Amino acid sequence: MSEPVLSIRNLTVEIPTRHGIVNPVRNVSYDLHPGEIRGVVGESGAGKSMTGNAVIGLLDPPAHITQGEIWLKGERVDALDFEAKRRMRGREISMIFQDPLTSLNPLFTVGEQLVETIQLHLGVSASEAKKRALALLDRVSIPNPEERFNQYPHQFSGGMRQRVVIALALCSEPSVIIADEPTTALDVSVQAQVLDLIKELARERQVGVILVTHDMGVIADTTDTVTVMYAGEVVENGTTDQVLGAPTHPYTRSLISAVPRPTVKLDRFPLIEYGKREGGFKIEALAQSWPRTKTSDSGRLLEVKGVTKRFLERGSLIPSWRSYFTAVDEVSFDIHDGEVFGLVGESGSGKSTVARMIATLYPMDGGDIVFDGVPLSTMGAEGLAAYRRQIQMIFQDPFSSLNPRMKVGDIVAEPLHHHRLLPRGEVDQRVRQLLDWVGLAKDAWRKYPHEFSGGQRQRISIARALATQPRFLICDEPTSALDVSIQAQILNILKDLQEHLGLTMLFISHDLPVVRQVCDRVGVMRRGQLVEVQDTETLFTAPEHGYTRELLSLMPKLEQLDTAV
Amino acid sequence: MMSDSTTPPAPGRFRRFRESDFFYAFTRSPVAMASFAVVALLVLSSLLAPLIAPYNPFDPASLNLMNGFTAPLAPNAFTGESFLMGTDDQGRDVFSTILYGMRISLFVGFAAVLFAMVLGITLGLLSGYFGGWVETIIMRAADIQLTFPSILVAMLIFGVAKGVTPVEYRDEMAIWVLIFAIGLSDWVQFARVVRGATLVEQGKDYVAAARLIGQRPTTIMIRHILPNVLSPVLVIATISLALAIIAEATLSFLGVGAPPTQPSLGTLIRIGQGYLFSGEWWILFFPACTLLALALSVNLLGDWLRDALNPRLK
Amino acid sequence: MLAFIIRRVGQSLLVLMIVGLVAFSMFRFVGDPIDNMLGQERTIEDVERLRGQLGLDQPFVVQYYRFLEGAVQGNFGVSYRQGRPVADIIFERAPATLELAAVSGILAVLFGIGLGVFTAIRRDGIAANVIMATSLIGVSLPTFLIGILLIYLFSVELGWLPSFGRGETVRLGGWWTTGFLTESGLRALILPSITLGLYQMTLIMRLVRSEMLEVLRQDYIRFARARGIRERVVNFRHALKNTMVPVVTVIGLQLGSIIAFAIITETVFQWPGVGLLFINAIQFVDIPVMAAYLMLISVMFVGINLLVDILYVFIDPRLRIDSSGGK
Repeated sequence: MSEPVLSIRNLTVEIPTRHGIVNPVRNVSYDLHPGEIRGVVGESGAGKSMTGNAVIGLLDPPAHITQGEIWLKGERVDALDFEAKRRMRGREISMIFQDPLTSLNPLFTVGEQLVETIQLHLGVSASEAKKRALALLDRVSIPNPEERFNQYPHQFSGGMRQRVVIALALCSEPSVIIADEPTTALDVSVQAQVLDLIKELARERQVGVILVTHDMGVIADTTDTVTVMYAGEVVENGTTDQVLGAPTHPYTRSLISAVPRPTVKLDRFPLIEYGKREGGFKIEALAQSWPRTKTSDSGRLLEVKGVTKRFLERGSLIPSWRSYFTAVDEVSFDIHDGEVFGLVGESGSGKSTVARMIATLYPMDGGDIVFDGVPLSTMGAEGLAAYRRQIQMIFQDPFSSLNPRMKVGDIVAEPLHHHRLLPRGEVDQRVRQLLDWVGLAKDAWRKYPHEFSGGQRQRISIARALATQPRFLICDEPTSALDVSIQAQILNILKDLQEHLGLTMLFISHDLPVVRQVCDRVGVMRRGQLVEVQDTETLFTAPEHGYTRELLSLMPKLEQLDTAV
Repeated sequence: MMSDSTTPPAPGRFRRFRESDFFYAFTRSPVAMASFAVVALLVLSSLLAPLIAPYNPFDPASLNLMNGFTAPLAPNAFTGESFLMGTDDQGRDVFSTILYGMRISLFVGFAAVLFAMVLGITLGLLSGYFGGWVETIIMRAADIQLTFPSILVAMLIFGVAKGVTPVEYRDEMAIWVLIFAIGLSDWVQFARVVRGATLVEQGKDYVAAARLIGQRPTTIMIRHILPNVLSPVLVIATISLALAIIAEATLSFLGVGAPPTQPSLGTLIRIGQGYLFSGEWWILFFPACTLLALALSVNLLGDWLRDALNPRLK
Repeated sequence: MLAFIIRRVGQSLLVLMIVGLVAFSMFRFVGDPIDNMLGQERTIEDVERLRGQLGLDQPFVVQYYRFLEGAVQGNFGVSYRQGRPVADIIFERAPATLELAAVSGILAVLFGIGLGVFTAIRRDGIAANVIMATSLIGVSLPTFLIGILLIYLFSVELGWLPSFGRGETVRLGGWWTTGFLTESGLRALILPSITLGLYQMTLIMRLVRSEMLEVLRQDYIRFARARGIRERVVNFRHALKNTMVPVVTVIGLQLGSIIAFAIITETVFQWPGVGLLFINAIQFVDIPVMAAYLMLISVMFVGINLLVDILYVFIDPRLRIDSSGGK
């Protein structure tokens, strides 16, 4: 192999804080060769991004490098002064950020920003710079570059903006690009295109790319080599095939075992614990106290009948001037007693809106929902209260779904108090039982949500949802904000709930491999409409609708992983 | 709610506060501690004015016109009495008038901010939570009022209220009119901030979870949203307190505020201004310094609070 | 974009109508105008005649309409106190206030933005911290105290500058009088305009600073830095323009409050402007003067805000192209 273009040797970053010195990056070393795409993978807080920021010299103070060396093209760059680092940035190393919506200056045209950067680094005339800018826009596959050149960022879609960002990063023909979660904010279909573009450009221009990501699918499909980080340290380094196919470090093994496979359905995720251990989920104890409700006569617990939701796009006093956006368009499906029904689709497809209508958080603009044979529209106030008691929800973001100003005990007790399910004196005891069953420590009830990790918070959400002993659970992307090992734990818990308590679930996700592991039947949504409903296995092996096939083809293959389990 | 009586000793509120980052940041900021100390000192001494003040400036019996224009710490030429901060034209002890004047200033300031806060929070929560025409009406009104500087709004309200109240009650009502005028001119800040924060909070899933349980809007607003929007409110309230104290002083200085029978710091400065050019500087100087110390330390505290409570700056 | 401006103009007119209603209600319901005009010796006939003359026997809406009609033509009735038409009194005093406000406004905006940018860029520098600390004193020092302080220092102790009045003025055209053209007029302007401008300047400075710090934290600034763009270009091209978007609104509001704070400055310096007139009107409950003042200054405020809105459209392309943005 050729000489590395970038070498990181024993890099350590330090942040002084109130509670002492923290080292988010410890003793990290890796190389990057021209044309190589190196994936840096790990859980949130593992120090992946911090390493990238240190390389490009953009650590936010008070963080600073205390040890180690960074070599770029045979020159040591970590000790350069501010001005020299600035000259190196953009010229030799570029960066691509996660969110294309905020990476571009909203008040300047795309062309102005490109020309500015090109002129700065290449010192060419304005007309030459414009020519190059247009060529770059064309290269990153932006249609009508001439016209797009004079437009502002807000006139571009998310995927198109990320292409502009890539074009900007390429302006100065750098030898290294650091891409920090470049596709996390994008939809699957766009994600694949952007990754392909990065792959092509790396080959074509012999640029070394550091691809920071938490997504094993992205690693498997895009990278040549992988660095696995855990708690600030590199635990494994190697080619992608090696690391994914035959991981040597126990952490890598636990990480890979937790990745949902798109091709096979497993009963449970094998959990190889590494590092801190989460409490076990006590399903048997929970099951003993669970009331056995009779199954509904028809076998259908929930029937969604042509529901429609429109959102006001432009308001006006005059009704005919108002314009609406139809988020959900006459969607119908049934959910059988005791099954997990999946709803998949890209962002904006209306899947969450359906869930929120079922949860009575949004009123319906058309259609009806029938629960256990009773239509929602005919329920009175009392009927609705009873309905809400039987429906509970687990939300996507564990950081916003718990009130930060309430103690965990009060959060879990709230539904019990509201529905007056228990005499006041017994509430405390039940709350502590619930928290114990979902695997939290004894004193969890008197702490506040911010004292818990994302996975623990999701357990608190589950405890709150189980407090009313519901029959139906709505899970709206319950694991997409979690690291993959935590995701596996939570998904196992949901499985337990289905099998031992007979809970019926609506499971909403954009992540097809997860859906395959969890759901019995799946509906595919696109632009507010339900395009296909199938048994999960049928859907994955013999999809009928063109859009489903497209979605499935975009799924990461993860072929390298199969041998590891 | 969890009853604390049945539980093993949990870390108490006070201890949690002592261990919080907020308290830590406070102990690390000499400016914050110093300004807090000044505010506390001034508030305390105005509360205890009847005990601390050597004279009661409003008791005609204790006044001696012979004592007029005594310079600070210099014995009076006629009576031989000496005063810490001198006396004014009528022989009133300046130190005592300041203590009593600060009472009025602080009372008007706190009461006006409280009034503005209650009004602003209520309207802000309502418009943030319900949206639609409720929001349109409230926020349009806020926009219109914001177009007009609050000091002007306060003056107008004061002028109108003065026109409406019968002459014989004007002095008596003046303080309350002042509170009403300053408070009403200041609710917009609270309403806008609370509405903004409510919109953010209401999009969060914990509100959805509470609605899913079936909680009523009032319960959700008071129990769930309100505690989460209080940090910016606290910052605004502190800054508003400084503004309200200054506004009160300004109005009183202009002669459209506290009546001569209940002089606030602004009234004292108005009186002192007349004697500044003839050499009796202390009649203006000490009330002015007190006002500045009060406003400055409240402002410093507000400034520090804003930085300490802003999570993005951490 | 045109729709946006038309809507804003419509809203401005609505605001003026509402303010007119407030002003009219003041005029109509606060105190009895008849009482105020006729004094003690009056007959029933006098009262009835005046009532008819003033149109007070008409329905409320008609009276309101007449009031607006009069206001548009500059007719605000007669001052209770001076017995002269309110419009005359106001117009002869308006130039004094407007000149004072213009000078302090320009001072406040120029220095406010300049110092704000400086303190934001040199966030940790000594000079920036000194300026920030001083500015806090500036915010805590009531305008009237600044005025008294300046008078004491520069007029009483040093005797350099006049402590009250406008100095000599020159008549321009029909009714405008200016102090810009005589030496004493200019000297008289210095202290009041500093007094009036200082507070607004500190506010603008602090706002510019905090907005700029906010902008400097944004991703696109990080990305500009990551592309190697020079610090100076990042600060003055990328950051400053984004800072101006929110700042422009507040500067508009601040210019409005300069006119309001002129009341205080005029009182301290015995400046013969509209503000002094207004404060006297409040003390003597001279409702027609109060109502007229309210109407005039709202026209000014609403005008400034309208200008700011239009300026917005030029700064922010997001408004220019998608004209749907309502809020």
